[in-house]
Amino acid sequence: MKFTESWLRTFVDPPFSTQAMSHVLTMSGLEVEACEPVAPAFTQVVVGQVLTVVKHPQADRLNLLEVDVGQEKPLQIVCGAPNVKPGMKAPCALVGAQLPNDLVIRAAKVRGVESFGMMCSEKELGLSSEGHGLLELESQAPVGVAVRDWLELDDTVLTLKLTPNRADCLSVWGVARELSVLTQCALKTPPVPDANCRASHSGPGQDPAPKRQVLLEDPRACGRYVGRTLHLEHPERPTPSWMLRRLQRCGLRSKNLVVDVTNYVMLELGQPMHAFDDTVLQGNLSVRWARPQETLQLLTEQTVTLTPDMLVIADQQGPVALAGIMGGMPSAVTGQSRQVFLEAAWFAPQAITGRARRLGLNSEAAHRFERGVDFMLAQRAVDYATQLLLEITSGTAGQLVDCTGVIPQRERVLVRPERVRRVLGLALSDERIAGLLAQLEGQMQVSQEPQGFWLTPPSYRFDLNIEADYIEEIARLEGYDNIPTQTPVASMRLSARSEAVRDPAELQNRLVHHGFQEVMTYSFIAGSELEKFTPDEQGIALLNPIASQLSHLRTTMAPGLIHTLRYNLGRKQERVRIFEIGRCFRLGPDRSYQQEQRLAALIYGLRYPEQWSMAAEPVDFFDLKAEVEALFPVSMTPRFYPCTDHPALHPGRAARIALEQTTIGWLGELHPRLVSGYELARAPLLFELELTPLLSCSIPHFVEPSRFQPVRRDLAFVVDEHLPLDALLHCLREAKAPFVTELDVFDLYRGSGLPNGKKSVAFRVVIQDTERTLTESDLEITTTALIAAVSSAFGAELR
Amino acid sequence: MQDLQSIQDEALALFSTIEQPAALEDAKARYLGKSGILTERLRALGQLPVEQRKLLGAQINGTKQALEQALVQRREQLAQDQMTRELRAQALDVTLPGRGVLRGGLHPVTLTLQRIEALFRSVGFDVTDGPEIETDAYNFTALNIPDDHPARAMHDTFYLDPAHVLRTHTSPMQVRYLQAHALPVKVIVPGRVYRCDSDMTHTPMFHQVEGLWVDETVTFSALKGLLVDFMRCFFEQDSLKARFRSSFFPFTEPSAEMDIGCVICQGQGCRVCSHTGWLEVLGCGMVHPNVFTPLGIDSERHVGLAFGLGVERLAMLRYGVNDLRLFFDNDLNFLRQFATR
Repeated sequence: MKFTESWLRTFVDPPFSTQAMSHVLTMSGLEVEACEPVAPAFTQVVVGQVLTVVKHPQADRLNLLEVDVGQEKPLQIVCGAPNVKPGMKAPCALVGAQLPNDLVIRAAKVRGVESFGMMCSEKELGLSSEGHGLLELESQAPVGVAVRDWLELDDTVLTLKLTPNRADCLSVWGVARELSVLTQCALKTPPVPDANCRASHSGPGQDPAPKRQVLLEDPRACGRYVGRTLHLEHPERPTPSWMLRRLQRCGLRSKNLVVDVTNYVMLELGQPMHAFDDTVLQGNLSVRWARPQETLQLLTEQTVTLTPDMLVIADQQGPVALAGIMGGMPSAVTGQSRQVFLEAAWFAPQAITGRARRLGLNSEAAHRFERGVDFMLAQRAVDYATQLLLEITSGTAGQLVDCTGVIPQRERVLVRPERVRRVLGLALSDERIAGLLAQLEGQMQVSQEPQGFWLTPPSYRFDLNIEADYIEEIARLEGYDNIPTQTPVASMRLSARSEAVRDPAELQNRLVHHGFQEVMTYSFIAGSELEKFTPDEQGIALLNPIASQLSHLRTTMAPGLIHTLRYNLGRKQERVRIFEIGRCFRLGPDRSYQQEQRLAALIYGLRYPEQWSMAAEPVDFFDLKAEVEALFPVSMTPRFYPCTDHPALHPGRAARIALEQTTIGWLGELHPRLVSGYELARAPLLFELELTPLLSCSIPHFVEPSRFQPVRRDLAFVVDEHLPLDALLHCLREAKAPFVTELDVFDLYRGSGLPNGKKSVAFRVVIQDTERTLTESDLEITTTALIAAVSSAFGAELR
Repeated sequence: MQDLQSIQDEALALFSTIEQPAALEDAKARYLGKSGILTERLRALGQLPVEQRKLLGAQINGTKQALEQALVQRREQLAQDQMTRELRAQALDVTLPGRGVLRGGLHPVTLTLQRIEALFRSVGFDVTDGPEIETDAYNFTALNIPDDHPARAMHDTFYLDPAHVLRTHTSPMQVRYLQAHALPVKVIVPGRVYRCDSDMTHTPMFHQVEGLWVDETVTFSALKGLLVDFMRCFFEQDSLKARFRSSFFPFTEPSAEMDIGCVICQGQGCRVCSHTGWLEVLGCGMVHPNVFTPLGIDSERHVGLAFGLGVERLAMLRYGVNDLRLFFDNDLNFLRQFATR
């Protein structure tokens, strides 16, 4: 909502500066978003009339003017504007004038000819960013008068960022009404148009009877419809400059006189209006729901197909306007329309709401009707528009067509002072509350009874329905600043967090300590990436993506990490270690939306930053595997299975990660096909894990440490080259050899001394009992059991 | 025959010039060895009369002791010199950097979230999270934003199907949390939210923290107290100015926008605060009865306060970041600036 301060002050004129007034509005919920002067500061610019124009003797493009500025003698001024002509009036900056951009006008010689001032364009006065020649002023502009006064430039345009509940402030009059309550300054009511004088400027007088009937087919959707036919003598007349200025400064473009007047009435009173070319309308009108397949060409020239939830104004031929949203093109009023039909109606918000947005229309009317328009305003608006039109051009006014359907009933609401105090935490006395409500008395009915105040809201407020609404109103009037800022008091209940649950921050910190940088990438990926990384998953597409490369919700975080890698490689980073925690999304088997949290990471480049004490070696699979292993709590042993079928991973360098037979993620090197597809010099390594399983851990439970010496035995087995370690380890663990407390691989050997296709795997076995020192024969039993197990399972030989 | 004093002088002078332990032992043999000079002299004593033998013997033994003492000292000196040389040879350039240093960091949004969480935990708020794909019903209807309510237009919602959206705010968790927990509740909900808007000052994804406290003693003045306290602690400015402006959210009433004195210019007016001296930092209010009623909560008995704050906004103000989009560009040169711990 944009309006000028001077217009507002015609209704309420508090003794405050612009800034103080803006502050009052802002604090009360009508946020002043911008507060801009209509024109920058300048002085000594007056209305000048060009008397003569003679070519400059020394310059082709310059003219010598004689300009009357109301002084004894005309001034000689050199001017280069192309549109200068004798008789025209334009702003003239006198010698000594200060213009925007610190320009001071001095008497000067221009190509040898003296010049005593400067004729100005809009640009030179800072009124516009462009200036095409002199700003031509109206012929009635009085010569010598300050241009600031003539053009009313000492004014401010205020822009309110209105919340949807305050539709009553979508007009200058509405804002004035609010400001009057807030400042307790008298409100000047706009003059009520005198019904008898309506046609006083018109000559022939009123038509005897309304020609046109209006039928409200759904009296709930359209609660009031007021209209009138006008015959205008000079519809082509220009809109008066005072009205044009107000419209333009409020952000509306001038169309033609009739449309400008309806817009003006809307801006001033808040009642959206429409005007039809009366000669196009066929017979009586009805306000009804659109019928299937009806179409209407709108003022925007687009033709829309209407749906039965759209309310229309229809004549005998069909729809002529989308009710409360936009008129139709065929019945639009032009500067030549001598017979027009003015409309002001009240449409229920739910009959209008959402339709304009659905059709992609930007409509001042719909904006107001959706939020709620004063249902007592329609006749006054029509009368006011009639009066304005007949004052500007002569004509005759037809009789009012006035149909009433169902208008909202205002219920009275009980407001209990005790409740006010409790919700606000403010010790407002009953008297103070009564005093605050008295400020609203001009607006609503207030009656005090023993249990509290009974309040009935005015016809223009749609946000006062329950007690809480009034508590807010009381708080607003008291001022939020006057409600104390109290340190809250609460019961000291500890919030219990299980020790067996880890905070994700622990995992984040672990990765950070291992040199990883956390990143945050968008939850959106391209459909093509979904195909590349998770072709078997049911991805989820957005109905309204912002870009084609962000069309789907991510099923995996890998693409986001790879894009981050590429972005940074492009910025001369050579070593990248990044991770992210976030949700991934897919459709479950039952078409339900799955959105679990995951942790993913990527490493690329050297294992360590290039440094003096270590060879510069690139990272490999086992670097990242160590990171994965370190993420699991000690009480959990993930298993890694070769994964040859992941579409985005190298089939020989990828693992599926499982806990208790359930897959919870993967780890591996990016598939060479994608490495070249993403134009990477080498393959990054990535992992992705479900977050939730990582967050549980066990609570420590004491076990008596053994007092007896542990014994270490090293066992090296020669096995088939392709036998995975996991199988060997699993077999050794399952061998049920007694007293084994540790079992780990410590060497892997391939090469000379071994048969082709074989490798040697060496295990460190720690053997210890809690009861006694073990004897040689005990150890023998243990090692024999281990050797026998792998020997029978894999034909392994002890090396 | 050379007198004892000159032997001693000569020997001590010799010892002090010797640099090698082996040469020192050779020199020792020359004087104290089996056929050393002093040994010979002692041996020759036997041929002297008793009186003379006693006197000269004592003199020779004195010289011998002096030499032995000098030898011990010289040996220690040489050993020490040797150690010094070895240590010098083993010396490192301790100014070279340590091996394999790894340094990573958390994202500034995470740092900010952790800080917000810690502050609210310190006064007993629980922390939870919620789904990002949300039903239209939770995201809007349950929050008193019915179909076609103009407030929906302010939300620029991403739709997945007519009934599911990417949550536009963390507020639906107010309803979910109240459904799942007995009163009183005191919780914050950090998380990602989405709006289909992308320009200089908007990213389609960002973070919010929702706060909800429902109890019998909650008031609007407690809401003010809690949030002013929070902002002062967050920015570590005890005298940070704050103000509450009336505003509108369909799910709170009264509703307010909270402004703080500009932390960049200290209220003097700068580009960040659009020369107003104030920064809008969060929206808040008392839970609307239309939210409570469908949940079976008695508005007469329980009062709720709620707030929602933008995490990137706070991070920008706290760390002086001047462009929202930097948070999601993931430029490592940007992110590493926040690895200060």
